[in-house]
Amino acid sequence: MIRLVRRPMPSRGWALATPLLAVLLTMIAGGLLFAALGKDPLVAIRTIFWDPIMGKNAFYYRSQLPVKAAPLVLIATGLALGFRAGIWNIGAEGQYIVGALCGAAVGLGFYPAEGWYIFPLMVIAGALGGFLWAMIPALLRVTFGTSEILVSLMLVYVAENLLASMALGAMKNPDGFGFPGSRNLSQYPAAANLEIWPGTGIHWGVIAALIAVICAYVVLARHLLGFQIKVTGLAPRAARFAGVDPKRLIVICLGVSGALAGLAGMFEVSGPSGIVSIDFNVGYGFTAIIVAFLGRLHPVGILLAALLMALTYIGGGIAEGQLGLPSAAILAFQGMLLFFLLALDVLTNFSIRLGSGQTRGGV
Amino acid sequence: MGGIDPILLLASLMVASTPILLAALGEMVVERAGVLNLGVEGMMIFGAICGFAVGVGTGSPSLGFLAAALGAAALSMLFGVLTQILLSNQVASGLALTLFGLGLSSLVGQSYSGIKAPPSLDFDIPLLSDIPVLGPILFQHHPMVYLSILLVIGVWVLLRHTRAGLILRAVGESHDAAHALGYKVVAIRLAAIAFGGALAGLGGAFISLVRVPQWTEGMTAGAGWIALAIVVFASWRPWRVLIGAYLFGGVSVLQLNLQAAGFKVPVQYLAMSPYLITILVLVLMSARRRSATAQAPADLGKTFHASS
Repeated sequence: MIRLVRRPMPSRGWALATPLLAVLLTMIAGGLLFAALGKDPLVAIRTIFWDPIMGKNAFYYRSQLPVKAAPLVLIATGLALGFRAGIWNIGAEGQYIVGALCGAAVGLGFYPAEGWYIFPLMVIAGALGGFLWAMIPALLRVTFGTSEILVSLMLVYVAENLLASMALGAMKNPDGFGFPGSRNLSQYPAAANLEIWPGTGIHWGVIAALIAVICAYVVLARHLLGFQIKVTGLAPRAARFAGVDPKRLIVICLGVSGALAGLAGMFEVSGPSGIVSIDFNVGYGFTAIIVAFLGRLHPVGILLAALLMALTYIGGGIAEGQLGLPSAAILAFQGMLLFFLLALDVLTNFSIRLGSGQTRGGV
Repeated sequence: MGGIDPILLLASLMVASTPILLAALGEMVVERAGVLNLGVEGMMIFGAICGFAVGVGTGSPSLGFLAAALGAAALSMLFGVLTQILLSNQVASGLALTLFGLGLSSLVGQSYSGIKAPPSLDFDIPLLSDIPVLGPILFQHHPMVYLSILLVIGVWVLLRHTRAGLILRAVGESHDAAHALGYKVVAIRLAAIAFGGALAGLGGAFISLVRVPQWTEGMTAGAGWIALAIVVFASWRPWRVLIGAYLFGGVSVLQLNLQAAGFKVPVQYLAMSPYLITILVLVLMSARRRSATAQAPADLGKTFHASS
């Protein structure tokens, strides 16, 4: 008989080892999956994980790494704060879209004016848009007790429709010969979020992501708010005795994660994407959930996890072109990663005992 | 609004509601056993592609439905093992199931887009289907529509009037008490999860085989999440699940009809309406429940660990 015995404290060693083990297992299972699709598994794994950093053309792909990782870091850092406290914002994709729309609206509104103040205003609008979109589930939760999981998720579909109507209507490029999509913000100097150092892929969103990681680290390690978040996640009742106001915490956690997701959307629409289009959102808001868990809900871990996930995006793109691997394979791959991670976490929280040990009476 | 035929509208209401009804009914049983599975969307879409692939491969929609139920139940067992045996967090595992299901289904579905589903015949109930007005609305549908209603009755009888249902509810209300009485909490919950998976799979296959009928990526478009909301709306009661599902089916059919009739509102705003109404209903339900006693199973979403 194998028995699980709860550890008095989660094992620190396993907590650090499980993400690595999960990545390894995902590679093996992914290899089997690719073999089942009729691809050479070793070539597929090398194309996804090795070629973007070390293969030929790596100089280009390496600059893509921060571009893809920055939105994931921004969103996941915010989500992790809530997840730690048991507050489940799973609608970051919607907040990302609304943030992008608000940021783009400011930029397009000023077109073709020039001025240093335009881009900062767009940043503020983007954060505010995501914040307000996240306030819908937050306020419904604190006033009516409505599940923030379902409301935030429903709002993703609302935001996607809003995006479509904007791309085809209000924000459509008047000089675009009738094609859907807005003006290209990355070609409008006052609003463009361009690379700060050419060739590195580092744009303002990357800087913002790093600042967010540092702030989240400080808040969690040193600030009272961080203590309140952690204690609420571990023992909600104890938290109330310690003077934590659960409603305030819900509003803060959802608000911060919404604002960060909105920022991510705004940096994306003014830089790498440039255009408000129907297919603007590519699922960063959902992948960020995996990133948050893979990074152990810790800011530094999230930074590393986001880089890994960005790698699979880029590698997946290369594999799509070179090996004909379907783009959806990467989605399945990422889902698998989360499964293995959650499964292995049993080792963090429990120790495994062989033999029956002391059996309890009755059953 | 002259372009809307009320008979056709009501008839398509039943078709539109069936996938959500099946998925919500399954999830309700799972939640009554004390398990919160947020992977309904993932299981539905996986059922949709399993059903479609087997339906196209064999030419038989019935085999497609069978495959959908089995495939989604198998997928749900990933969640089952994770939460019941490896004691993972149910919210995180359910999200993982949805993400994985979406990815896996679009992977499997690569070669199936653009193909038409095998024709599935509507089943006209003899005599009743000849009644004017009521006949086309109620009695000329795909067999799965009737099966879904029979399942509502079946689940109601099971939960309300059988010993097995009593045990299931006991497990959901207090797993420690049920365990102390000698019931196999983990086994019962796994069975409930598999049942929920099978019904979600049937619901997904109904979309890809009957309602649309073809395969497109992400075609369930949040139906699984709406099903989760309906369980809350229904206060975990089978008959209210039926009412809830038909209500939402009605909204989505109405907005589609308004789109087709060239109603003077942009398509996207009409397409938002089912989601906005879901939120509205959730708010109304949760606002009302504050005064009444909580109706959710007491141990919903809690991890059961026998030796603790």
